[in-house]
Amino acid sequence: MSHSHEPTTFLSKYVFSFDHKVIGIQYLITALFMAVIGGLLALTIRYQLAWPSENVVSAESYLSLVTMHGTIMVFFVISMGLVSGFGNLLIPLHVGARDMAYPFLNMLSYWVMVPACLLMIGSFFVEGGAAAAGWTAYPPLSALKDAVPGSGMGQTLWLLAMALFIVSFTMGSLNYLTTILNERTRGMSMMKLPLLTWTFLISAIIGILAFPALTAAAVMLLFDRHAGTSFFLPAGMYFEGTGVLPNMGGTPLLFQHLFWFLGHPEVYVLVLPALGITFEIIAAFGRRSPFGYRTTVYSLLCVAFLSMIVWGHHMFTSGMDPRIGEYFSIVTVMITVPFSVIGLNLIGSLWQARIRAETPMLFALGVISAMGMGGLGGLYLGTATSDMYFHDSYFVVGHFHLTIGTVTFLALFGGIYHWFPKFIGRKTNELLGKTHFWLTIIPMFAMFLLMHLQGMGGIHRRYYDVTQYSYPNASAMALMPWISYLAFALFAGQLVFAFNVIWSIFRGEKSSENPWGATTLEWTAPSPAPHGNWPDKVPVVHRDPYDYGSDGVWAQNVENAEGQA
Amino acid sequence: MSATNPSVVQERWGGGNSPYSMSWQKLLMWWFIISDFLIFAGFLAAYGFNRLAVGNANWPDQTEIFHMNFIAAMTFVLITSSATMATAVAAAKKEDSATAKRFLWLTILGGITFLGMQAFEWKGFIEEGARLHTNPWGVPSFSAFFFAITGLHGTHVLIGVIVLLVVTIRAARGRYTAGGIELAGLYWHFVDLVWVFVFGCFYLI
Repeated sequence: MSHSHEPTTFLSKYVFSFDHKVIGIQYLITALFMAVIGGLLALTIRYQLAWPSENVVSAESYLSLVTMHGTIMVFFVISMGLVSGFGNLLIPLHVGARDMAYPFLNMLSYWVMVPACLLMIGSFFVEGGAAAAGWTAYPPLSALKDAVPGSGMGQTLWLLAMALFIVSFTMGSLNYLTTILNERTRGMSMMKLPLLTWTFLISAIIGILAFPALTAAAVMLLFDRHAGTSFFLPAGMYFEGTGVLPNMGGTPLLFQHLFWFLGHPEVYVLVLPALGITFEIIAAFGRRSPFGYRTTVYSLLCVAFLSMIVWGHHMFTSGMDPRIGEYFSIVTVMITVPFSVIGLNLIGSLWQARIRAETPMLFALGVISAMGMGGLGGLYLGTATSDMYFHDSYFVVGHFHLTIGTVTFLALFGGIYHWFPKFIGRKTNELLGKTHFWLTIIPMFAMFLLMHLQGMGGIHRRYYDVTQYSYPNASAMALMPWISYLAFALFAGQLVFAFNVIWSIFRGEKSSENPWGATTLEWTAPSPAPHGNWPDKVPVVHRDPYDYGSDGVWAQNVENAEGQA
Repeated sequence: MSATNPSVVQERWGGGNSPYSMSWQKLLMWWFIISDFLIFAGFLAAYGFNRLAVGNANWPDQTEIFHMNFIAAMTFVLITSSATMATAVAAAKKEDSATAKRFLWLTILGGITFLGMQAFEWKGFIEEGARLHTNPWGVPSFSAFFFAITGLHGTHVLIGVIVLLVVTIRAARGRYTAGGIELAGLYWHFVDLVWVFVFGCFYLI
């Protein structure tokens, strides 16, 4: 295997590295860089919303901003940071392998992701600006090159960047699957895998099953844009100047189905690893085994299955047949059952725990609260009747930012603080970490809960200047600048994080092999983990992943007294 | 029995092997095939959706447009190439490299024949005025789906032929493994199986 060929040159060690840890860190850094861009876009959006009379952006560029903020955050920050970043860092260490099953494929997947990022960012600088059809790229805005300025070159680049993203993400997912199933060390049976690795396995499966639908949709969209087909374009569309378009026979609803067949499972691709990270942190900082390991695994599998058959709940107001909507309502509400089991297992894991409220634990607790609060809003949106009222309002924006935004970002930060010592060899600063936590969770919760209220007050999402409408509730409107202030505060609070990370890389307190006293295999490797992960033999597993017994805490590779497995 | 007896420990260890007792390459290939298969599923589902939206009455009658005997011959050639591929894999496993090479060449021949027949079919349609966006027999989406789906499948066959050529040339130079031929075979069978779906959904129903 590759561990026998220690890389020597700078290029092979840090740039075109085959080492899963280097690739994971490359992914994380790229994701954090994209997060800064996504965050700045969000701030511009908030500025425009709060003070529309100042016209900081035009109406068309506002659509571009919203589109790119969504695309970058969902695919290039959370997917890339949480799944590709932590997945690469931790899967081989968790299963007791020297590296991924296919190190070269792994490197390739990162270096396909880089041009995807560049194309996505580059689309701001082409004629007409970046794509403006929403992160969902609904036709006709995305299918007609002349619909809005962003429908031109910007949308083409968006599609190409997404195509590269899918290629890269699929390569990554195939690698995770093969590694988790085939590279487990001796003794590491499936039911001894850490829960985080289970979530990576399941999200890789979901990704492999769901992304092809978007590939098919993107190919058809490219045909519609460049070859004159009408897969998604109905007859009778009219442009001022050109008149009625020749397209006929297509339906935009088809694209929505194909998109959400990916789009809904995609949110579970993001959320499941976030919950996995939370389980890992809670076990280490609660000093007890997570409540109900097996029920959690089975519930995760249930959620994965249900996530594939509920996509239509994003389309209740699309003109889809209401009888199909009824079906999607029922299966959507069914997801709450396995999801509640996972949530209650998370809460149950705190029962009789000896909680050490250090930075990673604070973020993990934040994940649980955000998941619970966000989930409540989901009940209103999963039911077709109430969704009709809420769908095009800030209620939806608040809901998915609280679930997909807050949950995943808190888990991302928690994960970085938790595994920082393992990969850098130094601890982050506790005081700065805790400060960062409070500066993050307060504005996040406040912003997104207030958005729920705004939605109930009748404020529509996607509008460039909501003050032009008189029907929304006045007090809901008055919240606009306050949410923007909170957004600025949130962004400023991340400077603490940036400073903490950079300072700790050089000056942080040196960390031992297992600073948190955790039990999974990555903590049996030196900190920072060397090339090949374990200097001598790979560990052999004898115990469950979370053996925080009354007689002591045992890592997975410790044989018990009788020498039995 | 002592607990330190290696065979006992081995028994109790569990794990270490894949649950499918499968090589990494094969596992990766299977998942890739599932993923690729779902791209076809996406296209075929879109085609079904569009056909329902257009209305079955407005859909052209395939039996008037396609030369069914010709399509049946194409299908026969492709299925036969799957059989020759299976023979090649079996021969490679028995380390009978002469037979393996012979049947690999036959498989490639089958693939190229299929591609040629498909090109001939496309040529006929294009001459009759069919384009991605125009269809002389009614709704334009018929042509669009025809070219997109058979084009996607044809691309897969082409990739398969190239892969088989590489494998065969390597085999001719004595640099091959039975595993490598089996992987190429898996992909080739997948391409054939997809054609059965394309044939069934697009040409027959």
